[in-house]
Amino acid sequence: MATSVNGSAIASVVARAQALFDDLSFTSARQWKAASADRKVVGYLPIYVPRELIHAAGMLPLGIVGGGDQLEVIHGDAYYQSYICRIPRSTIELGVSGRLDFVDGMLFPSICDVIRNLSGMWKMMFPKVYIRYFDVPQNYKDEIGGTYYTHELEELLRELAGLRGKPITDDELRHSIAVYNENRRLVRDLYTYRAQRPWQTPAAEVYLMMRAGLVLPVEEHSALLRDYLEAAANAERPRRDNCRIVLTGVFCEQPPLNLIKSLELAGCYVVDDDLLLVTRWLTADVPVEGDPLENLARAFLHHSESTAAKYEPDLAEKGQHLVRAVRRTDAEGVIFACPSFCDPALLDRPMLQHVLKAADIPYIAFKYAENSGQMQPIREQAGTFADSIKLWSGT
Amino acid sequence: MTVFVTPKGAPAKTVAKDDSMLKQKEMMATHYDRLSNAPETGDKVASTFVPGNLNELIMCFGLLNNLPEVNAIQSGLRRQSGAYVLEAEKIGHSEDVCTYVKSDIGMMAKGNIGPNGRRLPDPDVLLLSYTGCFTFMKWFELLREQYKCETIMLHTPYMGDGKITKNMIDYMVKQLKEEVIPTLERVSGVKFDIDLLREYLKKSSKAEDDLVRVLQAAKTKPSPIDAYFGGIYYIGPIFGAFRGTEDAIEYYKFLRAEVEERVAEGKGPVTPDGDMGKEKYRLVVEGPPNYTNFRQFWKMFYDEGAVVVASSYTKVGGVYDFGFRHDPDKPLETLAEYCLGVYTNRSLPMRIDMLANYIDEYQADGLLINSIKSCNSFSAGQLLIMREVEKRTGKPAAFIESDLVDPRYFSAANIKNRLESYFQMIEQKRAGVDAAA
Repeated sequence: MATSVNGSAIASVVARAQALFDDLSFTSARQWKAASADRKVVGYLPIYVPRELIHAAGMLPLGIVGGGDQLEVIHGDAYYQSYICRIPRSTIELGVSGRLDFVDGMLFPSICDVIRNLSGMWKMMFPKVYIRYFDVPQNYKDEIGGTYYTHELEELLRELAGLRGKPITDDELRHSIAVYNENRRLVRDLYTYRAQRPWQTPAAEVYLMMRAGLVLPVEEHSALLRDYLEAAANAERPRRDNCRIVLTGVFCEQPPLNLIKSLELAGCYVVDDDLLLVTRWLTADVPVEGDPLENLARAFLHHSESTAAKYEPDLAEKGQHLVRAVRRTDAEGVIFACPSFCDPALLDRPMLQHVLKAADIPYIAFKYAENSGQMQPIREQAGTFADSIKLWSGT
Repeated sequence: MTVFVTPKGAPAKTVAKDDSMLKQKEMMATHYDRLSNAPETGDKVASTFVPGNLNELIMCFGLLNNLPEVNAIQSGLRRQSGAYVLEAEKIGHSEDVCTYVKSDIGMMAKGNIGPNGRRLPDPDVLLLSYTGCFTFMKWFELLREQYKCETIMLHTPYMGDGKITKNMIDYMVKQLKEEVIPTLERVSGVKFDIDLLREYLKKSSKAEDDLVRVLQAAKTKPSPIDAYFGGIYYIGPIFGAFRGTEDAIEYYKFLRAEVEERVAEGKGPVTPDGDMGKEKYRLVVEGPPNYTNFRQFWKMFYDEGAVVVASSYTKVGGVYDFGFRHDPDKPLETLAEYCLGVYTNRSLPMRIDMLANYIDEYQADGLLINSIKSCNSFSAGQLLIMREVEKRTGKPAAFIESDLVDPRYFSAANIKNRLESYFQMIEQKRAGVDAAA
């Protein structure tokens, strides 16, 4: 039976995700850990870490994506110059203010120099926490980058085993791979559904569902996604005369939730994005049979998302992921939203724009910070973009 | 020491240079002429980066080494970079990103005129030695888009845990064997000769010995060199297109003799205004310099009797003072080790150790950080570095901000004020120590 938005099943699912999003003390992760004395939590920053390894160790992978617009940064600003982006300063704020005092380990993936250096800062500032800079290959050949990456995974696995006090077996890993395959399938289902019926699944709700995946155990997150998909399909929601856009550049420091809402209010349905890529970094199921680490390595090399932090060896392929995303989702334009001072996103942007221009895909660009408060200019820009698409595209 | 009178402009200024500086300038000029002549001579050109510069390998294929960072520096010193940066911003590059990149892109857009006033050649290959700086990857993707030439990625893993592992070396050697060398063979048409590489590496090692002796001469009081402003001249040949050559051996031998002579005579460094006066402050400096106002910046130091005795910037193209030398007996492994060990590829705790040790070893009065707006690789974390070094050494530290080649971010009055306050702080600290004794 169809339900209305107010008081509906969907409202309760969204409310749960919203509560998780708002909770800067990570209460749910704390509660998960407190349930058993041997439980441990390992945090990670964007863009990607193989969460399967943490899960296989019986630990909770906890995604840390800064403090958003509700965290007052007091200490964090003392660690950074004005020309450094905001995510490291609010992440430090989370750490210094004790909000991450239950976290046993932190992984800092290879994404940019700021996050890279933050790994060393964390070592200095939180010497009791297990910390690893998680490097990934920029060479995508099995026998070169694959071998290197497999060894890196082995080392990470050894260290996690050390943290839990006993080895992690291949069967545990295979089980975790299967659990995450299922989760990624649901994420892909949701993205596919949104591309088909974006009015049923507003971008801000989809975002909240993805954010929940950063703090919940994966099994619970999969259940939440199922509930949301079912509730969204049964909801009666108005279809607006919005244009359809792909949102890109938002893979690390997160835009405020209000910014995402503003885009839709301005007349843009978000039909694809690169928010929280960790939830769908691997684009196909990872084989469960065989050597689990090699399987994860191959998936990384051959079936993973394209983004600014990855080298694209083939000039002809540069930026084509964005063109494909536009075609796949039947989008009418692209919005580049890049965090201020984000080298990867901002340096990549001109190249991607050239590719879009060649493919005759309209785009606009603006910058934001995770604590941007003034949405009016963004609404105006996005609104004008939507109008121009509606009025003039295809003529 | 040679004194030049600036031919144009009023008032006429004299600029003093060491003979080694003149020699260095001549070497650089010769190299730029070789690059400019490439279309006529048929020499092929490989563009690559200073950190992770594989000059010995490049030379094995008869390729000329072109370094976009050095071109940007030259544009900065000649006050052309400001216009180049604006040009790049005009064509869509963000005001937030690295100005080395924008200076390079802007220079290209305006005809790619090098410091010798002649057009620089298009590269035949981009050797993307991805070492210690994320921006390098985007930079060469941007250049590849323009030049549409072969591009080779050589990925150097980061020393996040402060160690070089076998996995890192194996990965890099495999990339060299299976990606870098075959592509360079294809581009150049020259077959790889590992014995030739060994020869070049042997020469590198000799020059590296002398470079270390030069830089470590700053342990003497007074220091015969300025290891930051002067150091930039000293590292030019070895960080650029000369490592592995007889020219480099000769230059560093000459430089070392010159520096040893200054030690014997009890002299301080040569500055653009001649021999520096009495050495009052000995500093360790972290971070690159500003190039658009280089001389003005340097003057703020030597006018106050401040000499830089050690700097991290002179380690971006290779860290040699802890014993690493290019080793001809393991030619590919040594290239990997070299790339892994450059300063910006070292973890933050390693950088803190280095700087704190420099303060002790070089008997410095403190640490000065010149934080560069453009360079996240250096800059992110420097405030923590400052506090930690201060805590460990008990010596005062200070923080100034500028940019590499963007003149908009050089505020002379601001920097001068901060430096003067810093020197006062050192005086107070000394007075406190004396009073306690």
